[in-house]
Amino acid sequence: MEFAELIKTPRVDGVVLHRPFMPTVEGTLCLTGHHLILSSRQDTTEELWLLHANIDSTEKRFVGSLGTIIVKCKDLRVIQLDIPGMEECLNIASSIEALSTLDSVSLMYPFFYRPLFEVIEDGWQSFVPEESFKDLESMTDEWRLSEVNKDFSLCPSYPSLLTVPKDIDDESLCKAASFRHGGRFPVLSYYHKKNAMVMMRAAQPLTGTNGRRCKEDEKLINATLCAGKRGYIIDTRTIAVAQQAKARGGGFEQEANYPQWRRIHKAIERSNVLQDSLIKLVEACNDQSHSMDRWLSKLEASNWQSNVKEILTTACLAAQCIDREGASVLVHGTEGTDSTLQVTSLAQIILDPACRTIRGFEALIEREWLQAGHPFQQRCAQSAYSNGKPRSEAPVFLLFLDCVWQILRQFPCSFQFNENLLIMLFEHAYASQFGTFLGNCVAERGKLQLSQKTVSLWSWVNRPQELERFLNPLYEPNNLVIWPSVAPQSLLLWEGVFLRWNRSTKCLDEAYQEMVHIIEYNKELQNKVNSLRRQLAQLETEDSPLQTP
Amino acid sequence: MEHIITPKVEYVKLLNTYPEKKSALGTLYLTATHLIYVEQTNNNARTETWVLHHHILSVEKLPLTASGCPLLIRCKTFQLLHLLFQRERDCQDVFQSLLRLSQPVKEEELYAFLYNPHQNEEDRRQGWEFISVANDFSRMGLSNEYWEISHLNKNYEICSTYPSILGLPKNASVAVVTGSAKFRSRGRLPVLSYYHKDTKAALCRCSQPLSGLTSRCVEDEQMLQAISQANSNCPFIYVVDTRPKLNAMANRAAGKGYENEDNYSNIRFQFQGIENIHIMRNSLQKLLEVCSMKSPSMSDYLTGLENSGWLRHIKSVMDAGVFLAKAVCDERVSVLVHCSDGWDRTAQVCSLACILLDPYYRTIKGLMVLIEKEWISFGHKFSHRCGHLDTDPKEVSPVFTQFLECVWQLSEQFPCVFEFNERYLIEIHNQVYACQYGNFIGNCQKERLDMRLHEKTFSLWPYLLKNQHLYRNPLYRRSLESTVLRPSTLPLHFKFWCGMYNHYDRGMHPKQSVLDQLLSLTQKQVEGERTMTELQRQLAVADGVLPDPSGPINTPAEQDSPSEKTPTAPVVQSNGSCAPLINGDAEEAGPGAEKCNEKEGADPGATEHDLTSSEDKPVSVETEHSKEEVHESS
Repeated sequence: MEFAELIKTPRVDGVVLHRPFMPTVEGTLCLTGHHLILSSRQDTTEELWLLHANIDSTEKRFVGSLGTIIVKCKDLRVIQLDIPGMEECLNIASSIEALSTLDSVSLMYPFFYRPLFEVIEDGWQSFVPEESFKDLESMTDEWRLSEVNKDFSLCPSYPSLLTVPKDIDDESLCKAASFRHGGRFPVLSYYHKKNAMVMMRAAQPLTGTNGRRCKEDEKLINATLCAGKRGYIIDTRTIAVAQQAKARGGGFEQEANYPQWRRIHKAIERSNVLQDSLIKLVEACNDQSHSMDRWLSKLEASNWQSNVKEILTTACLAAQCIDREGASVLVHGTEGTDSTLQVTSLAQIILDPACRTIRGFEALIEREWLQAGHPFQQRCAQSAYSNGKPRSEAPVFLLFLDCVWQILRQFPCSFQFNENLLIMLFEHAYASQFGTFLGNCVAERGKLQLSQKTVSLWSWVNRPQELERFLNPLYEPNNLVIWPSVAPQSLLLWEGVFLRWNRSTKCLDEAYQEMVHIIEYNKELQNKVNSLRRQLAQLETEDSPLQTP
Repeated sequence: MEHIITPKVEYVKLLNTYPEKKSALGTLYLTATHLIYVEQTNNNARTETWVLHHHILSVEKLPLTASGCPLLIRCKTFQLLHLLFQRERDCQDVFQSLLRLSQPVKEEELYAFLYNPHQNEEDRRQGWEFISVANDFSRMGLSNEYWEISHLNKNYEICSTYPSILGLPKNASVAVVTGSAKFRSRGRLPVLSYYHKDTKAALCRCSQPLSGLTSRCVEDEQMLQAISQANSNCPFIYVVDTRPKLNAMANRAAGKGYENEDNYSNIRFQFQGIENIHIMRNSLQKLLEVCSMKSPSMSDYLTGLENSGWLRHIKSVMDAGVFLAKAVCDERVSVLVHCSDGWDRTAQVCSLACILLDPYYRTIKGLMVLIEKEWISFGHKFSHRCGHLDTDPKEVSPVFTQFLECVWQLSEQFPCVFEFNERYLIEIHNQVYACQYGNFIGNCQKERLDMRLHEKTFSLWPYLLKNQHLYRNPLYRRSLESTVLRPSTLPLHFKFWCGMYNHYDRGMHPKQSVLDQLLSLTQKQVEGERTMTELQRQLAVADGVLPDPSGPINTPAEQDSPSEKTPTAPVVQSNGSCAPLINGDAEEAGPGAEKCNEKEGADPGATEHDLTSSEDKPVSVETEHSKEEVHESS
């Protein structure tokens, strides 16, 4: 196979592995096509299995003939391997380098991975658009499923089925698509059952410098307004950025052409800036300096927390327009595949209790991220330790997860899932044995035949054995809209991801176990009390006290 | 009452911190002790805001606006009230009254001297005796081969700001003790703060030596020698000056300073770099400005947090505490700590080291003992530092607040090792400033004695104990108690304490509280266990396994806990026969078992809740209180 030529030295003995807050392990290092494995061949110590795809960058150092490779992973972990022998070390390093930067998607591990578990429910079929449209149909008959993008020619980054207003025919959709960046014409994102208001998303309109307009686009979004009602357009860019976009053929909706809509500009950062922010934050978190001022100023300079605040604020605004103002909303930025999705998905978590269940959250990610064409492959190609020049990498999805974590922290009893699910999604978005996050859009995934050739993440997560790890013991379903605070004091650094490898979690794990114990014990107790009550009641109804066996 | 010009003002607006939220309209009342704001809401519901005059830090009249006359009240509890009066006259009157009421001139004006929590003299006496520093010395194993409890200072003649009983090395003669005291600032000689039984290493405290540039004192050198000799594990002691080196050097010019290693044969000297009270006061001021910013950006907030220096100072205190604990526990070396006078930084780091070293101080009662020992009895100047009276504002400093915050920071890193939750720390903080109880009035033990506080005021501790169910940490695990805490002091492990400094900005806090959730579950658990025991008994009776002891079997268990009554034979029996049914877990076997053989190891939490039937909380809690005292005296 192809990998063999990349692996000059498949195994080295006497390698020492250093990981923070864990004992060092000495053992044999093996390289396979997809994994770096270190095994001490003793039952007591845990083996290291690292996906090459998880490796963000490596560094080598030599002291005499002892070589050291520092491996920095996309999940932000940093490990150190001491390898005896200069040549072995160089070979290993170059193999890791080559194997972790394979260009061809079809060489990725998901295409080789065979699950050790039986797939009971195929995750590729768990969330199909027809199903969610059925739910919508039960609430309203104003919408239809259009097949206008069946062959992905109208909009390559959209799925084949799209929910659009009933009164707008496919011909109009085609015209509207030609007026929007990348053909991403306005489609339904969320229907708010409580007041029948909707949230739509799109890409920027192609007004250009000469103020082009498109009647069909106007008609399309006006079709979602009730008579005499106004809607809101939330442009995730500042007005300045939106103005600049005109020069490149983009732009924003002119008041004159959209008189029923009020446009609001927010300032969510875009890809390069976000990637830079992540790199700076992780650098700050790994700084071992004891200077408090240095830490706080680095944290501030990374702007990560500012990004979290801005995204959450915009999501709250969208949710507010819908729930409080009783207005429909259209969200877009430039391409409609990044900040737009952050806002529409977070707004749904705020508004819709269904999105706070595990199933509902998975469905949300499927709908608003995977189907909606967030380019995972491009955005997650590299993480915080990347040395290379960034191409289109950006932690857009990680920021979304961070925002969800912030809401979860403020409403610890309102989510069926816990932090572990969010961390797991972060890991798998960057490196995974599953095919779910491969490709950039539905069309690409189809071409790669992912659903036939790889296993879906959901097939694994939704197994009862796995689900247990992600369940929030404090969960009590509620049907409320949950408004998070976006005050800086309320937004914390997500330690579960950013300090995950920089601290011992023993005490925090104990606390979590204790909490689970209290809750479980209580349930058990209530069950016992109820069963005793029943026994007693049964005995009392019988006339003579009989001995029960 | 003579200071109240207008006792009641109507149509006062209480402005919300968040500009987008509506402000309240209501009536303002001034009483002898409180400012009370009663909000009138549409549906006839009343919300009341009570602010103790002692909690008021400052009152400020802001420039007149079109909508009225604004008054800004800042509190020592970090509450901020922004009132808007319709008439300038009212505003002025309230302003004048509050200025006077919030700054009492004489001790007798303090709330504690009029407050009576419905206790008789006997309760009062017991309340004051409830926490005893002498008992803590015995708990540490004093007196022993090396250390003894000394009454040399019983008339406060050696040191007026020290307690009457002192822990001293056995082989230090009276001449050495008195000689050393003369060589120390304000006579605060080296004495025992904490004795670590396992390592025989001791934590000692004092004030700076009067060494100046050249002076030395043989007795003081002998005193340190005696401390060193009391620990056979190590031939030297650490002497830790918690001040920055520069400050200590400046003091030398004034005839004070720090120990010269050449004169003391057996010491290793070390600076720790905690800043002085003035810097801490300014730092808090800046922190509070950050907390009260209107809609700050993340960058404003983080920059403000950094510029305040607050977390840097918290870290410096923590670093010093960790150094002491490591020395005593890991290196088995005794440590002598001082700053300038040895009542601010020294109190902070000694008490923090105690918490790191000894799990007892992480319990509800243990923290009371620690505060009583290291702060109250060793003369932390609460009256001055908290500004109880209208005195020198340069004496005010949040030294004690910083200690509480360090404990909170630890509780964030170690969620299972403290018996109490965050609310306990905040309540103590509020009470320190409230002057409702006598504990934190005065600057040292002698002053308190002269004020006859034990006769005229009540002690806070019984009140806190009575409400301890509010302050429990449901995640507390006694099994972890033997561990010495080794916190990480990397900067990123220090967090801003929103629960304290933005306590009154409820909107910033999580909307659902895990703590409340778990507290109610543990409460439910106790009820469930009681119900189960009772049901099992009834079942046994109905089955004919047990003779029918108490008439009808359907007595509701909730109202009549068997453990409350004298344990009659059948109850004991029923517990004996039922316990195995419950997973065979003796700890959780239910209330009866514990009541019958009241053993020390039993979880007092469970016992307390068992006694607390839903109807008669106060009574049963009183019972709990007296039970604690039994333990104490036995």
